[in-house]
Amino acid sequence: MTSIPFDPLLLSVAAPLALALAIALGLPKRWVVKLAYVGFAIPALMALLVWWQFGGAPKEVHGYAFFTSYPTGLEHFGIGLKFGLNGIALPLFVLAGVVGLAAGFYAIQSGAERLKTYLLLLLVMQAGLMGMFASVDVFFFYFFHELALIPTFIMVGIWGGRDRSYAAMTMTIYLTLGAMLSLLGLIAIYVKSGANSFDIMVLRDALASRPLLETAQTHIFGLLLFGFGILVSLWPFHSWAPLGYGAAPSSAAMLHAGVLKKFGLYGLVQIALPLLPLGATHWGHGLAAVAAVGNVLVIGFVTMAQRDLKQMVGYSSVMHMGYAFLGIAVGSTMGVGGVVMLMVGHGLSVALLFLLSTSIYHRTHTFDMDVMGGLAAKAPVLAAFFVAATFASIGLPGFANFWGELPIFVALWNFSHVLTVVALTGTVVSAVYGLRAAARVFFGAQTQAFSSVCDSNPILDLSWGEKLPALVLVAALLFVGLWPRSLSTGINQALSAPPAAVASSR
Amino acid sequence: MDFSHLKDLAAGNNWIAIWPEISLGCLALALLVLEIVLPKAAHGKIPVVSILGQLGILGVLAAHFTVPDRPSFNGLLEQSHGGQLMRVFFLISSILVSVLARVSLAKHRLPRVEFHHIVLVVVAAMMLLVQSRNFVMLFVALETLTIGLYILVSYFRSSAKTLEAGLKYLIMGALSSALLLFGIVLLYGVAGNPSFPDRTTEAMQFGQLAKFLAANPNNFLASVGIVLVLSGVAFKIGAFPFQIWVPDVYQGAPTPVTALLAVASKAAGFIVLLTLMTQAFGPYEWLVLPVLTFMAAGTILFGNLAALKQHNVKRLIGLSGVSHAGFLLLAVVSVPRVSMAVGAIYFYLFAYLIASFSVFGVMTVLAGHDDAEQELGSFSGLSRESPFLAGVLACGLGSLAGIPPLAGFMGKLFVFVAAFKAGHYGLLAVAIAGVVISIYYYFGWIRAAFFNDEPAASPEMARRVRVGGGFALNLVLGLLAAATIILGFYQGPLGAWVSWR
Repeated sequence: MTSIPFDPLLLSVAAPLALALAIALGLPKRWVVKLAYVGFAIPALMALLVWWQFGGAPKEVHGYAFFTSYPTGLEHFGIGLKFGLNGIALPLFVLAGVVGLAAGFYAIQSGAERLKTYLLLLLVMQAGLMGMFASVDVFFFYFFHELALIPTFIMVGIWGGRDRSYAAMTMTIYLTLGAMLSLLGLIAIYVKSGANSFDIMVLRDALASRPLLETAQTHIFGLLLFGFGILVSLWPFHSWAPLGYGAAPSSAAMLHAGVLKKFGLYGLVQIALPLLPLGATHWGHGLAAVAAVGNVLVIGFVTMAQRDLKQMVGYSSVMHMGYAFLGIAVGSTMGVGGVVMLMVGHGLSVALLFLLSTSIYHRTHTFDMDVMGGLAAKAPVLAAFFVAATFASIGLPGFANFWGELPIFVALWNFSHVLTVVALTGTVVSAVYGLRAAARVFFGAQTQAFSSVCDSNPILDLSWGEKLPALVLVAALLFVGLWPRSLSTGINQALSAPPAAVASSR
Repeated sequence: MDFSHLKDLAAGNNWIAIWPEISLGCLALALLVLEIVLPKAAHGKIPVVSILGQLGILGVLAAHFTVPDRPSFNGLLEQSHGGQLMRVFFLISSILVSVLARVSLAKHRLPRVEFHHIVLVVVAAMMLLVQSRNFVMLFVALETLTIGLYILVSYFRSSAKTLEAGLKYLIMGALSSALLLFGIVLLYGVAGNPSFPDRTTEAMQFGQLAKFLAANPNNFLASVGIVLVLSGVAFKIGAFPFQIWVPDVYQGAPTPVTALLAVASKAAGFIVLLTLMTQAFGPYEWLVLPVLTFMAAGTILFGNLAALKQHNVKRLIGLSGVSHAGFLLLAVVSVPRVSMAVGAIYFYLFAYLIASFSVFGVMTVLAGHDDAEQELGSFSGLSRESPFLAGVLACGLGSLAGIPPLAGFMGKLFVFVAAFKAGHYGLLAVAIAGVVISIYYYFGWIRAAFFNDEPAASPEMARRVRVGGGFALNLVLGLLAAATIILGFYQGPLGAWVSWR
């Protein structure tokens, strides 16, 4: 057993859910606001606790620590609520906790209309996010993803910006398609493995002793790739992402782009790659080409052409997913390890960017970058945070993203020289649009439109309600950036274990 | 005279085995008696008696749930675990219909007691129908059920739409009964032909018919008979290509009756189909499976595509019900190869029951005097007027759409796993497409109820929401929504029973 006397993983799921239930049953408003802090803080504290304890915790089965299991009545079916973390799940669990804390605090401070319902939905989403990465059972992994996904649609539809109805509908249909395809792929693994279980550890054992035929692996990997790919905005199925993020309220966009979207990548890394190695080899080159040319290059140029700040952040997140797909296509320990690190870095930085864009909007009353300028003089702290987030997003050393992109590029070089050059071109593109956005918004002379906004209402720098969440995110970015080993040791262990088991059985 | 033969037959009757049906019949008669005996002022309490009586029967049934699988009435009926489950299913449906009917009938000046009376008779007939193991019994039960429904469908007799629905249902129902009967007669005739091996004079009995079919695996007339019987049942469940009556009838029928048609009548049809497939037509799998596969694909596609452009919610839910029949057919075609598909069907039906009645309940509250005119637009602003009703509606629609963590998702999951195990990959692709399409119209409905950019609630709707459905209906709706969520998270004994099969 672990040295922690309670189950931190269950608590991190149950606490927000219980609070959401309490709100649904009619908790008075002043209590809601106070308790919501607790609801977002508990998962974050649990995440930090398990991060701290992970190195020393006993990992009994397949490198999973903190393993616990709760029956739900479907044991004959091979479904059970099982929590546990391995080296791949831990970084994402921590990411979910930290981004959840930032998004939650920001939402509580935002004073949105119908705040109670808004917080209720965010809490449900937070519970889903924590459960998603803590689940050892593939079924519950999917289940918690959907639990987090549904509130997103509702939040976009009710609290969204312009075009919210259309955006919500587009997102719903795209993401349902992706979810259904990946569900079919998961069912295929469940049935074809013959293990009669959705437990990832049982599936690994079953498929290690009796690997599937190459055709089966190819087909199932294809299903998962397209299903998860749509969820992660793989080009050309990306068009929901900028649209949805553009319309989503900021906390929802932070949680979705920062954490929930990582579901697809996590599924590919944790489930598809180890269980279907031949399928991964089969699809690898095609995926790499599409990701490099489509996601990185084409979307990179599309991002460059954006005038709308939030759309730009949305497109840039689609572009950075291209790097993650490249790492998965390569499939080596270094490439995939880079993907996990990139997920953490990107999750933190994109959440920060969404938060800051909304803060900018509150001051300029527009997302159009052409009519902004000179904001740095009025709000220097905001400018500093934005520049830091931009640097992180470009992948400068010192921030977490760097430790994601570097290993991916190194691994990619051995895979294909041409694609490496394409991908590196992408970093230049991303530097161009990132820095240009910072310059347009914050530096240079004030535009006429912006001056008139300044005249009508005085511009203040970041309030504490905005500063604290931003500070949390920047601190996390820097911490992982300066001490990547705190996560990479676990990732290495988890990634190097399964192939060995497969090799020994052959 | 020698009565010993009759005495032997009578000994096999075992009346106690059908006590729920008998009690329902007695309760139905008691309602009519009460109407004569009681003073007019007390007539309002008669529906309450009906509901309490049904609850009592449900309680006793639950207490004596486990029965051994055994035939009664010389093989006309068979009590089984599945039959018990369906008895509970039908009783829950009829209780819910009675609760909805109290609210719905209050908006009209119509006789009330007869409505509740007929609902009880119809439900007893459904129970007998799913336990039938003989074509004569099956047909008699089916006709009792259908004739009751003819009356119920055209109950709001002052409305033109309702009368149209009643007429359409009458003609279509009669046609389907004729097809079914013709199929039965063909099968009976062929099986009695002395020139065939294993001929039988007991061909009405499912088991005997199966023996005959096994001995004559490629008989043309028997094939025609089987296809006709399947067509007759397909009418009842609203499966493609016999689904065209569904939108009109669902729109015209009073909302509680629409619920009865959509849930209980459809479920009865599916259990009949299941019984026929496993017990009577087993040897003709080569014929039954392709026919049902074709139906399943057509039903899923037609239901979802036709629902896309509907603005009347009763038509919409009717067509969405057609697509659910398609998903259930997907499970039915998996039954011969995968034993868990049977459990999947039962679970799906229960999830569908709970979700559908949540939606129908909200519809009943919001319906005006003209029950057929319920448009999507009349739901706009509901979440501001009544968060409770809007929440129940969202749970119901989400579950129908198959969104986790609601019960409907578990139902779809079981069905998909069963279909995958059975190797119906093509049908699965159709089903996935269907689910994605269905998101569009369910989402449109939720959007009307929740989103800000829809126009605010009309004063008329606000008034109806304030009047509400009364304590009983609100309690029922709350329970249904809770059940939808809980069954999604924790399936408990029901899940264990389903997945164990």
